[in-house]
Amino acid sequence: MLIDRRSFLAGTAALAAAYRTSPVHAQGPRILRIGMTATDIPQMTGSPDNGFEGYRFTGYTLFDALINWDLSSAEKASGLVPGLAESWEVNPADKTKWVFRLRRGVKFHDGSDFNADAVVWNYDKLYKRDAPQYDPRQVSLIGFRAPSVHAYRKIDEYTVEISTRVPDSFLPYQVCSILFASPRHWETLGRDWAKFHANPSGTGPFKLASFTPRQRAELVPNPDYWDPRRRPKVERVVLLPLPEPNARTAALLSGQVDWIEQPSPDALPRLRQGGMVITQNGYPHIWSYTLSFIEGSPWRDVRIRKAANLAVDRDGLVELLGGMAVPAKGHVMSASPWFGRPNFEIKYDKAAALRLMQEAGFGPNRPISTKILISASGSGQMLPLQMNEYIQQNLAEIGIRLEFIVVEWQALLDRWRAGARSDMVQGATAVNVSYATQDPFSGFTRFMRGNLHAPTGVNWGFYSDPEMEQLLDAAQNAFTLPELDAGIARVHEKMVNDALFLWVVHDVGPRAMTRRVKGFVQAQNWFQDIAPVTME
Amino acid sequence: MLTFLIRRILYVVPIAIGVTFFVFSLVHLAPGDPLSAVVAGDAPREVVDMLRAAYGFDQPMIVQYLRWVARALSGDLGRSLATGRPVAAEMFAAIGNSVLLAFLAAAIGFTLGAILGGIAGYAQSSWLDKLASLIAILGVSVPHYWLGMVLVILFSVNMNALPAIGIGPAGSAFWLWTRTDWSHAILPAVTLSVIPMGIVTRTVRATVAETLAMEFVQALKAKGLPGHAVLLHVVRNVAPVCLAVMGLQFGYLLGGSILVETVFSWPGTGFLLNDAIFRRDIPMLQGVILVLAMFFVLLNLLVDIVQTLVDPRIRRG
Repeated sequence: MLIDRRSFLAGTAALAAAYRTSPVHAQGPRILRIGMTATDIPQMTGSPDNGFEGYRFTGYTLFDALINWDLSSAEKASGLVPGLAESWEVNPADKTKWVFRLRRGVKFHDGSDFNADAVVWNYDKLYKRDAPQYDPRQVSLIGFRAPSVHAYRKIDEYTVEISTRVPDSFLPYQVCSILFASPRHWETLGRDWAKFHANPSGTGPFKLASFTPRQRAELVPNPDYWDPRRRPKVERVVLLPLPEPNARTAALLSGQVDWIEQPSPDALPRLRQGGMVITQNGYPHIWSYTLSFIEGSPWRDVRIRKAANLAVDRDGLVELLGGMAVPAKGHVMSASPWFGRPNFEIKYDKAAALRLMQEAGFGPNRPISTKILISASGSGQMLPLQMNEYIQQNLAEIGIRLEFIVVEWQALLDRWRAGARSDMVQGATAVNVSYATQDPFSGFTRFMRGNLHAPTGVNWGFYSDPEMEQLLDAAQNAFTLPELDAGIARVHEKMVNDALFLWVVHDVGPRAMTRRVKGFVQAQNWFQDIAPVTME
Repeated sequence: MLTFLIRRILYVVPIAIGVTFFVFSLVHLAPGDPLSAVVAGDAPREVVDMLRAAYGFDQPMIVQYLRWVARALSGDLGRSLATGRPVAAEMFAAIGNSVLLAFLAAAIGFTLGAILGGIAGYAQSSWLDKLASLIAILGVSVPHYWLGMVLVILFSVNMNALPAIGIGPAGSAFWLWTRTDWSHAILPAVTLSVIPMGIVTRTVRATVAETLAMEFVQALKAKGLPGHAVLLHVVRNVAPVCLAVMGLQFGYLLGGSILVETVFSWPGTGFLLNDAIFRRDIPMLQGVILVLAMFFVLLNLLVDIVQTLVDPRIRRG
């Protein structure tokens, strides 16, 4: 029997209609399904893995920190807001001691009270090796995010004190990373963190409803959440790990999810054509080359560093990325309160770059050759091969010949940790690792301090400058927000004036979602708040 | 027969020891620190050392190997570096999903392959033979991840008829016998079936053609045996070779396909392996590769035994 074209199309349409109304596609009207880039549901112990995506979806949804990020605005850089601490202040007499006054009446999802004992118990989990709840895995995941914490103690039921070794105004940014898990629930589960991960209890705006490893986590609203403005509007959030970008795109276009993280630039026209909304905003991310300052590195000459920064056509790169990037003017975006007013303007100026190279004794006819460590992929690396090849062409035009040592992402991180003097880097004088500049320690201190040379820290290039040390000291001793911002801005100005990195672009965190998703505000932050989101 | 079986089973022992050695060595030969995937770049050195000791990576390689083998013999494949969950539990959940996909793909691929190959072998040099051979060549030549993406674009994105990702809408660890779960399996199973379909078609075609040219077939025809009875004799002679090829192909299918499972986010062993490779999750990699390799070894044993039952000449040899 032959089937004519009309019958075939009618049959196909009927089949499609049948499936559209099947349970695969007919999700409830207020269920938000999110396709993450992670390969698994991030840890739900209060110490998320999978980088900041873990914090975004199973960190700040299920848990709170003493201080939270303000994720309510897309227009301004995110600041800090009270979380489980209603207020905090440094002791004026001894600036190594901070007092945190805790929010009263907050309960964990299992009904137990959040109080000073819970704070101390959670800090013991990370800092007290003989505590039963101490977990090296959680320490490895988040302990490094709060290196200033030296000691802590309960003052009364709702007051705790956290101490630093030296006065350190960066501490509030670091305590944002420590999220609070329920001690009673952990005891109930037989003191087992693996069981806690499958059945967590925090204080966050969402609770975990169900969990299938590697496949799905379902979150439901916590109706008793302490901040009424952040009580979730959707009935349920379904988190799906979809690491393959094409699979995420297909899942969104076929109606299996409502929201995907990081669509690939190539897929954006198709997503727009399919009626999807693409959201983006600058956030504290930087794609750069970290430079080596050890003997023999060409980057020791500030003229060469400046020339390289002037030779990169960032607008062209942004075009290559489908518009999903912001040209870098420095380590942080120019709208950041930490940008300051550097004298050296980072832009594309090939003629100026050639002049600087000539002053340094080099140029297209007498080029410098140097090796750069890059990866073929990796978290936050965007399109590393294409971008590096683009930069390679730009720099070749002014007489800097780059030879790439391409390694796998984790191998690149090993070499990043090892430092420029290590044999592992095979003579490379720069490493292309992108990272967050969200807090002053991870954005500035760890790359600039002389006592954090690799492998102790990630001052990969062995940078050291007494003036920079003084600027960092001054920033760490600025205990009001305007002074702190100004202090970090001075650090940033020096970084840019000395062209300490080759800065290229900032990511804009693209997301694609259906038009049913409403109320999402993409904050200038690695984290986002999904509590206010509604589904039409 | 019993001696043959015992001898054949004993052969498995040195193969298994060799497999454990190679699996362990290959994974450890990869450059870099196994902890780098789970520890941040600037995690405190003492914490890294503590984790290294906790996972036994501070021990000499031979000690690590012997401990790993001893634990594996008792069914303990360690804990995943990336998730902290037991490797055995993660892997057996994934194997179930890959086995399901393998059965579906084998059913499609072997059935089509046997039919197409049989027709092509019987009707050599005819247009049917050329068509079947073309399909077989396409089957083995088309990259299946590409085919998977094309099928997704056609049936999921454009027609919205079949799901693009996942094992089922419930997100359950097990596949359920429901229409929606079936719909999730169709595209990955079809994608995965094209290579075995092509290989089986070509094998069956060549073997049928070769068998048909043998003298005993002429003798059977000369004796006046009807066509279907001759066919039965041909099938019996063709079966051992085809079984061996199907067994090998089924082994490949059981191993899961990294590419197909990744394209469809199908939570099988290929998906698990892909994740373990990128996160350099050594206990997971070792566990998955070991179990899949042993699967393969046992499957070969099974195929040998079945071949022997079908063709007594092998037993005598």
